[in-house]
Parts: sequence; C-alpha cells; structure tokens
Amino acid sequence: MKTSLLLGMLAAMAVGAAAEPESAPRAAAQNPYETALAPQGRTAIDRLVLAKLEKLGIQPAPLCSDAVFVRRAFLDTIGTLPTGKEALAFIKDEAPNKRETLIDALLKRPEFTDYWTMRWDEALRVKAEFPINLWPNAVQAYHRWIFTALRDGMPYDRFARELLTANGSNFRVGPVNFYRAVQDKSPDGIAHAVAQTFLGERSEKWPKAKLAGVAAFFSQLDYKATGEWKEEIVYYDPGKVTNGLAKAAAFPDGTPAQIAPDTDPRKVFADWLITDKNPWFARVAVNRVWAWLMGRGIIHEPDDLRADNPPCNPELLAYLQKELIAAKWDLRHIYRLILTSDVYQLSSIARTRSAAAEANFASYPLRRLEAEVLIDALNQITGTAEKYVSAIPEPFTFIPDDQRAIQLGDGSISSSFLEMFGRPARDTGLWSERVNKTTPDQTLHMLNSSHIQRKLEQSPKFQTLMRNATAPREVIGGLYLMILSRLPTAPELQAIASYAQTEAPAAGVAAKGGKPGKGDKAGKSGKSSGSKYRESGKGREAALDIAWALINSQEFLYRH
Amino acid sequence: MSRNHSMLTAGEMTRRAALQRTLLGAGGLMLGGALAPQARAQAKAAKAKAVIQIWMWGGPCHLDTFDPKPEAGNDFTGPLTKPIETNVSGIRICELLPLLAKQADKYSILRSMTHGINGHETASYMVQTGHKPGDGTVYPGVGAVVSLFKGYAGGYKGLIPPYLVMTKLQGRFAEAGFLGSRAKPFATGGDPSQTPFLVEGVVAEGITDKRQHSRRELLHSLNTLGQMAPDDPQVLEAARSEQAAYDLILGDAGKVFDLSSEKDTLRDAYGRTRFGQSCLMARRLVERGVPYVTINYEGWDTHKGHFQEMRRKLPELDKGMATLLRDLSDRGLLDSTIVWWGGEFGRTPRVQWDPPWNGGRNHFGKVFSHVVAGGGFKGGHVVGETNATGEDVKSRPVYVTDLITSMYDLLGIDCNAKLPHPQGLDVCVMKPETGVAGSNKLTEIM
Repeated sequence: MKTSLLLGMLAAMAVGAAAEPESAPRAAAQNPYETALAPQGRTAIDRLVLAKLEKLGIQPAPLCSDAVFVRRAFLDTIGTLPTGKEALAFIKDEAPNKRETLIDALLKRPEFTDYWTMRWDEALRVKAEFPINLWPNAVQAYHRWIFTALRDGMPYDRFARELLTANGSNFRVGPVNFYRAVQDKSPDGIAHAVAQTFLGERSEKWPKAKLAGVAAFFSQLDYKATGEWKEEIVYYDPGKVTNGLAKAAAFPDGTPAQIAPDTDPRKVFADWLITDKNPWFARVAVNRVWAWLMGRGIIHEPDDLRADNPPCNPELLAYLQKELIAAKWDLRHIYRLILTSDVYQLSSIARTRSAAAEANFASYPLRRLEAEVLIDALNQITGTAEKYVSAIPEPFTFIPDDQRAIQLGDGSISSSFLEMFGRPARDTGLWSERVNKTTPDQTLHMLNSSHIQRKLEQSPKFQTLMRNATAPREVIGGLYLMILSRLPTAPELQAIASYAQTEAPAAGVAAKGGKPGKGDKAGKSGKSSGSKYRESGKGREAALDIAWALINSQEFLYRH
Repeated sequence: MSRNHSMLTAGEMTRRAALQRTLLGAGGLMLGGALAPQARAQAKAAKAKAVIQIWMWGGPCHLDTFDPKPEAGNDFTGPLTKPIETNVSGIRICELLPLLAKQADKYSILRSMTHGINGHETASYMVQTGHKPGDGTVYPGVGAVVSLFKGYAGGYKGLIPPYLVMTKLQGRFAEAGFLGSRAKPFATGGDPSQTPFLVEGVVAEGITDKRQHSRRELLHSLNTLGQMAPDDPQVLEAARSEQAAYDLILGDAGKVFDLSSEKDTLRDAYGRTRFGQSCLMARRLVERGVPYVTINYEGWDTHKGHFQEMRRKLPELDKGMATLLRDLSDRGLLDSTIVWWGGEFGRTPRVQWDPPWNGGRNHFGKVFSHVVAGGGFKGGHVVGETNATGEDVKSRPVYVTDLITSMYDLLGIDCNAKLPHPQGLDVCVMKPETGVAGSNKLTEIM
C-alpha cells in the first residue's frame, strides 16, 4: 500500500468508526473500563467488605468491564498478559458465568504455578549470591521444591512443616535451604526468619524473652560441609546442647514447650505452628494471598502483624482463615474465593479518595506492573527476548534465550531492566523489598531508550500484524488488543487518525523509514500491493508510534 | 571467568553475624520520602562538593602504575623497568604515564592500601562500601551515600540524577545496598566517544525533537485511563515522572551530554576513547553540580598478556586522567572535587611467566595503590610505603575505612549520621570498628 493511501485511510477511519453500527467490534465504549453495575453482596467476601464500606459511608466503585477483567485476572493470577486473541475471545464470549470460568481456567494454567512460585521465592529468599549465598545448585533444589509443592497442591500446613523440619543436603533436599536462606544462621537469626515467614511478625519488635524462647527450638540445628564443593548438610544434632538452650524453648504465645529427649525441637515447634487452633498461621497465609491479589493486606504490611497494627476488617480475615482450614489448607481455594468475588471486580476508578477507602478496598488499586511481569509483557507483545545474567554463571546455570522473568528461580540472575524497575533483592524476604514506584529513570527508559525502541522496531509480531492486515484499522485494533487487551474507543481512533495525517509525515523520519520493509519484498512476489496493508515507510512509523504510546500509557503500565 | 573466584562461604558470612538489631525505630524508617532525614544537619563546612570516582574495574597493578619497583628485577617489573620522575621531586611513577607525571603536584598516592581479600566480589564490596561483608547487612556504596547526603536532600536541584555511572553498572553488588532501588545510580549506557553520545533514555537515535513533541502529544491523547482517573495517586506520580523525563529529553539539562560544544583540542587531549570522553563528561557533570560520578573503567583484570595490555591501556588512562586533573584545576573545580582513582585490589607483584599466563598478574589484596586528588586532599604526597618488591606494606597501612572516612570528612558527611534503613535498624554511615582495622584518617594530606 502506498504511504499516501495508508495515511488517507487512517485519516478516514475516525469518520468510518463513528458511522459503524454499535454491534461491530470496532470501537469500544467511551468508558472502556466499567460497567454500570454496582457490586452486590453475592459472596461472603462481598458482604463483609460492602458492610464495612457502608458503615464508613464510602461508595465503592462499580464493577469493571469484561476487557478490564480479562486483563486483570491474567495479570494477577498468572503474571502474564492475555494475548490479543485471548482478550477478544473473552470479550465476545456471551456466557453469563464467563468470569468464573476464566478464573478456574487460569488457576489451572502452568503460569499460575510460575507466578505463585515467584512470590514464594521472594518470601523465602531464593538467591544464589551475596548476602544469602545459597549457591546455584542449592537454589535450583530449593526453587524446584517450592515449584513442585505449589504445582501439586501441597496443603499449606505440610508445606510449612516440611520447610521447618527437613534434614539433608542443600543440593538434594530442597527445603533444608530454608535454614540457609538467612543472613544470620544463629538460633536468633533463624527465629527471626521463622517469625517473619510463618507468623508474619518482626522479631526485632519482640521482647527479648520471646525471641529467646523461639530461638531455642533451633538451637540443635547444625550445618556441616561434605566433600563436594559448596555442599552442606543441614541436620538436627541431638548432641548439640548449647547452654541447655533447647530446654528453654517456649512457643510464641509464651507457653513453655515440652520436648522429649532425642526429639528434634523443630518438629515440636512445627506441630504447634500448624494446628488449626493456632491463630497466627492461617491468618498470615490468607492475608498474604489477599495482599498479592488486592495490592495490600487486610493487615498491612502482610509481614508486620502486631497488636498495634490491627486488620482493617477482622471479620473478613476470620472468614478467610476459617475457609482455609475447612479447605484442608488449600490456598488455591482462597485464590478462587477472592478472584470470583465482586470486590475483586471493582473498577480501578475510585469514587472516594481517602485512606479509609483505600484500606477497605472500595476500588481496585492501580499498581505498576512488577519488573518481571512488565518485561515479560513487553516481550510477549513484541515477540522479542531479554538477556539475563548471573553474577556467578558457573557451574550450574543455564539461561535459555526465551527465559521469562517470572520463571527466574534465582534472585541473583537479573538484568538492568529488572533492577531499574524495583525487583526485590531477596535479601530479607520482606514485602517492602519490592518497590513498584514509578521513577523518572524508569519513565526515561520506557519513553526513550534504545532497548525499548529496538523491541518495537524489530518486533516480528508487529511485522506480521502489518503484513497480514488488509486495512489500517486492523493494525490499530490488533495493537490495542495485544497491548491493552481491548478495542480502541472512537475518540482514540480519532486521535490516531489525526496523528497519522498531520504529525508522522513531518517528523523527519522519512529517510529512516525508507528502509525497505519485508512488506516490499512480498509485494514483488506478484500480488497486488494495493490490496494489502504493507508495513513500510511512514505508515509503519505511525503504527510504531501508536504502539509506543500505548506501552507508555498508564493503562498498560499499571494493573487496573 | 576470572580465577580465584572466591565467594563468601556460609561460614564466613555467619562468623561475625550477631544480632545487632535494636528496637530503635519501631515504626521503621520507610524509604519513601524519608531518605536522608539527617542530611540537613550536615552544616559542617565541607571542602568537597563532588566526587569523580575512576573505578579501575578488575584491579590495576600497583607496580605498573603508581608504585614502580625498578630494582626488584625482571620477575617483578617485567619490561617496565624505567619509571619516570614526576613534577614532584622524589615521586616516580610508571614510564607509561608521562602526562600524569606532569600533574603529580595535584594528587597524592596511597601506596599502602591493604585489605587482604583476593576475590573480586568481596573486595569490590569492601572497597566500594568500606564495610567488611558478613554482619547481615548489605551496605550502600560510597556513591549512594554521598548522593544521599549531597543530592536532593542536600540542596542539589539538578535534573541529572545525583549519582551517575558511566557507562554501565558494576552489577556485582547492588550499589545502593539496603537503601534500595531509589538510591541506585543512573547508568548512561552508550559511549561518549561516539556522536551522539546515546545516553540511554535521554538521547535517542533518529528521533528529532519535533517527533518527540508530537509523540508526547499522541501519548497524552491516548492515555485514556489516566484521563479518567486524574486524581489517582499513581497517575499523579506517573505524570510527575513523565514531566521529569521530558525535562531531560527535551530541556536544557540533557544538553550536558552533548560533547560537541567542547573544543576539539580539549576533546583530543582527553583522548577520543570511551574512558577519555567519560572523564570529560565527568567534568561537565560536576560543573553542573552533580555530586557523584563514577567511571567504571573496564579491563584491568589482566591475568594473561598483562604487559601488552598495559602498553595499550595505560596511555589511555594517562591522557584521560591527566587532562581531567588539569582541566578541573584550570576551571577552579579541583578544590571542590575529589578525584578518587583505584580498583578492588592490586595484582601479584611477581609476574607469572609460565603458560597459560605468559606474563600475567593475579589478584593481590595485600597491597595496592589508590590515588586521591582535590576536594581538600593535598597533592604531591605519597602516603605509606611498600617493601622492595611491592609485596608487603612497610609503613603506614591505609585501610579502606581510612580513605572513605577521610572523604566523608571533606564532604561534610558525618560518619555517625544515621542511614535510613527499610526495617528501621539503627545503622550509621560508617562505624570505624567495622573496618578491617582501626581508623586513621589521611590527616597527612588533608
């Protein structure tokens, strides 16, 4: 297609779009984000959240549109952007229960395990190098164990018990690395990690006696080297009686522990921890899942539970706790409860702006995509890949070319993009380690770096889209579906048309855009070049500028 | 991959590990807006306003740079047997540094640096932070600390980030340590010896200002969600960030990266190399108030073919660094700018002649040289002394803590000031006792 013809068509599009009948999936509604429906007390979660909001006099946002829902559900559940095809299929689907069907399907996808494992890898500090120093093949064992446990639906009580009571080689018995993934391996340091991970508490805020009581459970834990380089055996050593420490063991609630001789005190602790009568254990777990999906905990931050940081909605927390225990510690059940609630489906355009509205989930909070999810999304859209490097590339690290960032098991394998966008260092495992704040250097990178520009310009996906499109609006619609998981609105089509008409040709890119694209070669093959949209020249530049604008929009960069 | 790749073992990490956590700061100093709450208290008269750090990545050999040992024999000198006199009588440096020899009155050589660590990672962490690893805390590097106190909290108002690295990050350790991503340096990417210098994110190839403007308008017109939720705190933050980004892309601040306004003769004097032009760039940046600039100078980990590498690289170093010192001095900037030259360690004084090294030098943490100039450091001095072969410190050992606390002194940064810790732990800038040994500031050259 000749450039002038393409530009003419782009310009004509606005008029065309306005004239289309409503039914054609050409332009989405003016507000593509919301429905007119208010949330109902459909589920127990809804009733508990809405009751609290009503009590506070806060108006919740309405339910989100299908387009928002499909994108949100994909990103939150599997850390992956829906493809344009997946988004369109969901939007067009007319089944009344399609949102629940989608959630059930997503919870079965392999990426659900990948993404969930990433969350746990962070909390459990899965990292080969300084300052955790697990070493690459111990990282593999640890990561693999977490991944397998989550994939196979290991009940959460067993998950915790295995992490706490394992013995063996760091290379062979994954969960023993729980005791190595700490910066301080003294009993106090271990107690600190246990408190943070399973009680959601920060032991530096505990009285000394409480810390000592819990630390005593870990006083007979020992480490020894083997003949193999960097291999370490983590084990219960009954002979290690350090100052009668084990005798002083007391549970976090203050009850002294009875430990029979030759009993691993860690087992005594683990058995106390995982009973359904222990109020901490289930509470921390469900609060974590809530925070992962909703952006903030019912207790926030989810690893800072204490008397003076109460839950915003104690009934909601109690309900989820009860559900987890009733579901035999199946955390997927909690995922499903939250994801299929109306509260989860609220629009992100808040009706009330206040700290209370935010803390009580009156709307879905806008959050910048995590570093890993963002780069994976950019790679998916453009069909490009990213290079990751390990600071210790030997001897067991293989990083495939098409590595997805959410699947990186090792916190020491990274890229400058991941670092810039606030990937957690996994030094402490704290929630606050991940920083999703937008900074000017990130914005510079997205707007203007050669890294991002190259992805757009060299994108095989865009080339295919432009080569196969028969009209510019297919290109525009395709870009919108790939990038924003929805169709463009009429005002957006208008803005694009006017950009294509007035700006792109004048931008001094004609010489650069004059590089023959693959579309020109296809034209030589004898087909009429007028019948198909061709990627070349200024039309291509305009399409790339549109893609550039869309990936820089808040709609793309933020969960919404 | 380098040899002697010593990682910290679990034992090393825990040996010193003790719970130093206190209950102070129960609420936890959040990183958020509270970075450097102490910075304003730094009213001490500071001589230095900025630091240019020339990081000799890989570890340069002290014998072949600032501590020549011509009498030690061929097994130590290799072919570099004729050190040259400098413009300060009694100080001799390597024959391949004739231009730096003419600037010796401007800098002082610390010949007795020592920490004894031979692994790149641990030694780099030690030299960049002044802390020995192993107490359970990952400290920020000097650049992150200086830019924390001398950056926005210390009155810096520029658009160029206050901690800038040319051209790429070290990446071994997070330079920001527990200060987190907000204290990380901005890495320029690109190559300043190329025209244009494509500073990643700031200068884009083939996109004119006009197209930048029109693309920005397109972005605004397509930012539908942002328009519908203009009062969302995230949308507001994104808008502020975008404004700051475009101020750099299209405003005057970004012009600092355009070296074409410098005289050709000066650019030639610096050397038309990545390193030379990085030095010129560094001068331009401190001239505009940027408090910390690191030049990560690669290629000093010379296990093999060491002397061929020195013949190639030392003249490049010589041109860039000597011209930087002269240029800073000519512009009256040297008095307020510390130039800090050095790497993570030195290299084995005894040359490894046998294959596969064929005249190489290994890692050597026991003895190495650093060089400091400006910002209140006197020039023309040598601190400390090594033995006849450069294998031992003979007098006045200088520990990394001595050097870093001296720099902080000149910059008016109180070593006892608190650093904002994400968990609210009580951590100060530098505890002298955390160093390898004692703390003896470099009073002889301050």
